[in-house]
Amino acid sequence: MSHSSFLLELTILVLAIFLGFEVISKVPTLLHTPLMSGTNAIHGIVIVGGILVAGRPDSDSLTQIVGFFAVVLGTANAVGGFVVTDRMLELFKRKPSVREPSVREPD
Amino acid sequence: MSGSPVSENLTEFLYLVSIVTFILALRFLSSPKRARLGNQVGAAGMALAVIVTLAQDLENYKWLALAMAIGGVIGVVGARRVKMTQMPQMVALFNGVGGGAVALIALAEFHNLAPAAGRLELNLSLAMIVSAVIGSISFAGSLVAFAKLQELIGGRPIVYPGQKPVNALVIATALGLAAAILVGPESQWLLAGVITAALTFGVLFVLPIGGADMPVVISLLNACTGLAASAAGFALHENILIVSGALVGASGTLLTLLMGRAMNRSITNVLFGAFGQIQTGTGTAIEDGRTARSTTPDDVAIMLSYARRVIFVPGYGLAVAQAQHDVRALGELLEEKGVDVRYGIHPVAGRMPGHMNVLLAEANVPYDKLFEMDEINPEMSQTDVVVVVGANDVVNPGARNDTTSPIYGMPIIDVDKAAQVVVVKRSLAPGFAGIDNPLFYNESTSMLFADAKVAFEQLLASVKNL
Repeated sequence: MSHSSFLLELTILVLAIFLGFEVISKVPTLLHTPLMSGTNAIHGIVIVGGILVAGRPDSDSLTQIVGFFAVVLGTANAVGGFVVTDRMLELFKRKPSVREPSVREPD
Repeated sequence: MSGSPVSENLTEFLYLVSIVTFILALRFLSSPKRARLGNQVGAAGMALAVIVTLAQDLENYKWLALAMAIGGVIGVVGARRVKMTQMPQMVALFNGVGGGAVALIALAEFHNLAPAAGRLELNLSLAMIVSAVIGSISFAGSLVAFAKLQELIGGRPIVYPGQKPVNALVIATALGLAAAILVGPESQWLLAGVITAALTFGVLFVLPIGGADMPVVISLLNACTGLAASAAGFALHENILIVSGALVGASGTLLTLLMGRAMNRSITNVLFGAFGQIQTGTGTAIEDGRTARSTTPDDVAIMLSYARRVIFVPGYGLAVAQAQHDVRALGELLEEKGVDVRYGIHPVAGRMPGHMNVLLAEANVPYDKLFEMDEINPEMSQTDVVVVVGANDVVNPGARNDTTSPIYGMPIIDVDKAAQVVVVKRSLAPGFAGIDNPLFYNESTSMLFADAKVAFEQLLASVKNL
């Protein structure tokens, strides 16, 4: 488990970093703020770690207490991040030519 | 872990589905049309990951439900209440919250595993220490950035003698204690010491950074939280954390580099330069007797109404005055009069990447009217009037031609190449970077001294009365 799984995880990490650079370099300047808040929401995935730590049958009470707060923070992070990004992107959804209804471009 | 192998495989598979939704969420951000859908797909993926996690053999479901309810309410209320002008604070806060969660996870996991017989595997303890250190720095740093942006503490850099040695000492302490855990006793007290030192470092390293450099800092802290989450993934052997954290880390790093480039400054200079102190007597040579020309809303209204092309160049002052709706209203009124109205946006205008775009989108400015610096600069020489609203350093010609200027070499929006420039500003005081702006004293520049919101309300009235 130990050695090979570490190398496998490292491989995944490195590939994911390259993928991240590829995908994110295509995001226009226009959407950089939603990008930040969207990635903020994605790192809310730490909630999964919090749940595992707080809920595992073998954990003692201190672990559970610390894990409890990790889950609170992780949930706030994920939920708040997605909601605020949604609010923001709703603003950008409006058609560019919203003031000239005759010139609506096909979607 | 516990559970049958089948369910473990299923869990891993469903986590993979979540990972794909996150990648799609970022992929869809490449166009405003699909961006919102992408975000919703990502949110669904997050919900899936949480459900899958909860479906494992766990205990304490009551407490988990309570924790998620509390966190969920905080998240929803915070995200719904925040104004678009406060978005940088909000991003900083969520960033910090995520970093804090990672640090807590590392602490709990270390406490859980360390007392067991035999030493922890090196990669496990290293992963826990890395996530604890970076998560804590991100947590504390983000909270300070939040406090600065929310103006709970001053936005100007806080500097004191011996700052750099103190910072170096603090981070060296954190790393020293971390090394002690790796080679010596796996003591929780040592890890608590590591976390304390990292938290202190997080506070100390953001304090001296000025408001204008916030886009860089926020991006960097974003990257930190991502990397911390990745490290936690190593500690827990969860690929979903590794990949998600790596995506965030890549995004934050890319934005940090972009912001640094837009300021023509290296990241180390931003972090350790304590930029934005009031620069008295340095930089631009202020010639005696130069005067700025003041103007009135009525004069500007005439100028704008008879122009063929007007470009608005917004900055952080627009957000402070919350004048985006008034600017849009004026822009629409001018368009009705046949004026070609555009918006020129500098990459570091505001307090976070893309800040101005969000504000103007909120005010219903169509996004095809928003132009990036490189797109708008060639248009300047054919522009009759540029209206600078709450921007300063990003339009400072000193960056182009004054080698002694602290911002020399920073790409700027060349507003001084337009026929006429109107600067809406409360006073002649220098901007956040504390640098004098020769633009204000140009022949073609006139100053409209007022709060941006008040100024635009007056302009709107004047243009209507013409």
